[in-house]
Amino acid sequence: MSNQTNPGHAAAARPAKPDFVKIVNVVKKFGDSVALDDVSLTIKKNELFALLGSSGCGKSTLLRILAGLETATSGSIFVDGEDIAKLPPYKRPVNMMFQSYALFPHMTVEGNVAFGLKQEGVGREELKERVADALDLVQMRKYAQRKPHQLSGGQQQRVALARSLVKRPKLLLLDEPMSALDKKIRQKTQLELVNILNQVDVTCVMVTHDQEEAMTMADRVAVMSEGNIMQIGSPAEVYEFPSCRFSAEFIGSTNMFEGHVVEDEPDHIYIETPDLPRRMHISHGITGPLGMAVSVSVRPEWVSLSRSQPAASYNWAPGVIADMAYMGSYTLFHVKLASGKTVIANLSSSHLIELGSPAYNDDVYVSWAPTCGVVLTL
Amino acid sequence: MNTTLKRYAPLESRPRSGTGRLKAILLRWLPSGRTLAIVPPFAWLMLFFALPFVLVLKISFADQQLSVPPYTALLSFEQGVVHIALQFGHYLFLLQDDLYVATYLSSLKMAGVSTFFCLLIGYPMAYYIARASASTRNLLMMAVMLPFWTSFLIRVYAWIGILKDDGLLNHFLIGIGLIHTPLRLYHTDWGVYIGMVYSYLPFMIMPLYANLVKMDLALLEAAYDLGAKPWTVFTRITLPLSKNGIIAGSLLVFIPAVGEYVIPELLGGADTLMIGRVMWDEFFNDMDWPMASAVTVAMVVLLLIPMALFQYYQVKELEGVK
Repeated sequence: MSNQTNPGHAAAARPAKPDFVKIVNVVKKFGDSVALDDVSLTIKKNELFALLGSSGCGKSTLLRILAGLETATSGSIFVDGEDIAKLPPYKRPVNMMFQSYALFPHMTVEGNVAFGLKQEGVGREELKERVADALDLVQMRKYAQRKPHQLSGGQQQRVALARSLVKRPKLLLLDEPMSALDKKIRQKTQLELVNILNQVDVTCVMVTHDQEEAMTMADRVAVMSEGNIMQIGSPAEVYEFPSCRFSAEFIGSTNMFEGHVVEDEPDHIYIETPDLPRRMHISHGITGPLGMAVSVSVRPEWVSLSRSQPAASYNWAPGVIADMAYMGSYTLFHVKLASGKTVIANLSSSHLIELGSPAYNDDVYVSWAPTCGVVLTL
Repeated sequence: MNTTLKRYAPLESRPRSGTGRLKAILLRWLPSGRTLAIVPPFAWLMLFFALPFVLVLKISFADQQLSVPPYTALLSFEQGVVHIALQFGHYLFLLQDDLYVATYLSSLKMAGVSTFFCLLIGYPMAYYIARASASTRNLLMMAVMLPFWTSFLIRVYAWIGILKDDGLLNHFLIGIGLIHTPLRLYHTDWGVYIGMVYSYLPFMIMPLYANLVKMDLALLEAAYDLGAKPWTVFTRITLPLSKNGIIAGSLLVFIPAVGEYVIPELLGGADTLMIGRVMWDEFFNDMDWPMASAVTVAMVVLLLIPMALFQYYQVKELEGVK
């Protein structure tokens, strides 16, 4: 991991890193229900990898299998070349920061951090030094003698992080690291956590249901649904180029049009959809047989509104403003088309001035550039 | 709730009329609903616990006499002089008489050993029940409570049939060839231990179970994750965290066991020394109410020490200071 402050856009700039964690064909069944359906995944050394999905998608199960707290029904897990799938949790080079932090309430901060090292039988001098170093790393050294319940949520989180890093695990697991913190300090803490992780030599897998958290913190994201991985990529890739309807709809909000291919040229493709009176023109990298059923995703921030009819013969539709909401940095519009479809548009303030002062029930045209649509096969 | 709201009504909304003001003043001085709610249990404890204890305390400072009641009055009024006669002799006698000292020590020992075995048997049981599935849990706890559906006295009587020389246990052990002569259990201290452990085991299991079932299992997982093996997780995490359950269960067994009368009377031998029996003898055989009261007060004081310690540690734990 390099010292990039925005890890989302840093992936391309980095030299290729060796594969470090390999999850191969992992299946987990609880009775009849399948929690993980043949999941394979490769994580690179020193990467911060996020498993993103809504509750019940299997992300937590996968994390617990990595920690050894659940055993996979089948499949193997390699960390640094060693298959750990059959090892009990206390023999794995893996440590976890729990969602509730799980700090031992009867031990001091120092006692909590020292616990893991004592199990290894580390000598007294080295133990003291390493505990102090770990507490320094998270700036909690002056609280060493406190009990967990005397600390704030943010401080508890840092102690939990120190406790899981002090054993120098090859793989660090973070289970919903921000969920126990209140919203205000979350964003600040996310960046702090990434900074701390950048200072140590560790590969990290985190689980979250919060897409913003995954986008802010992770180098790469795996979008999960119903025990399967839907897409893996950098946050920017997953957002701009979703590979399936699920990731397009799960990450951010989007306008989804269903239609079929009517014209396929080398540099563009035309799609007809019952939602829009005009054809959709998509100018990049997709080709498909005529008549093929597809979905097109257009992000709300790419949609423009205008009072006059756009000049192009494609990618627009007349409609009526059905809803508006001022969101501060942008204004959100719901435009109802004649087909009954509602298109969401996020307009920047400068764009809003261009438009004059829009009001409910105003007639407007929604439009977008040919580069903005992403074609997804159903 | 209503009364509370009225009591804290803002000044300007207070009624100006005469009767209204009177009502407002009355409401201010009447106890709130919260206070009223604790009055019945408080009154109950005062009437049936504190007051009888004061009476016993009073009798313990009197002298025995052949009359009804069989003790002297502490206060007497003769020729304009109030005489207060406090007899400390019973307490002094308790300290000086070897038999009493031995009885107290023996009671403490028997209660202590019983508590220890209750803990030894009860902890694994409570642990197993707490870690079972939710439906099994309730079923097993029902089973723990089941003996309470039968009278305590009958259950202790039933043990005579099991423990006596030609009882069920000896028949069984001889039958499987483990022993050849019957074990002497009935009318010995062993019989008392068996009876006490049997009778008080549920009181050990209940607080332990309550403690273990609400333990955050993520703490145990965290310990495994940090490299602790199962036994270390138990001794370093589970055991320290269940300390309050252990203390509560032990006190619930120890305190009634010290004063136990029925079990040593029915299952114990003539030489089983327990304070409950001595008390009974003083009251009913010797008709020495003051001596019996002194024995009782001394026992209560003795039991206050572990209870005070418990309270102290609990407060300290709540404060969380090292």
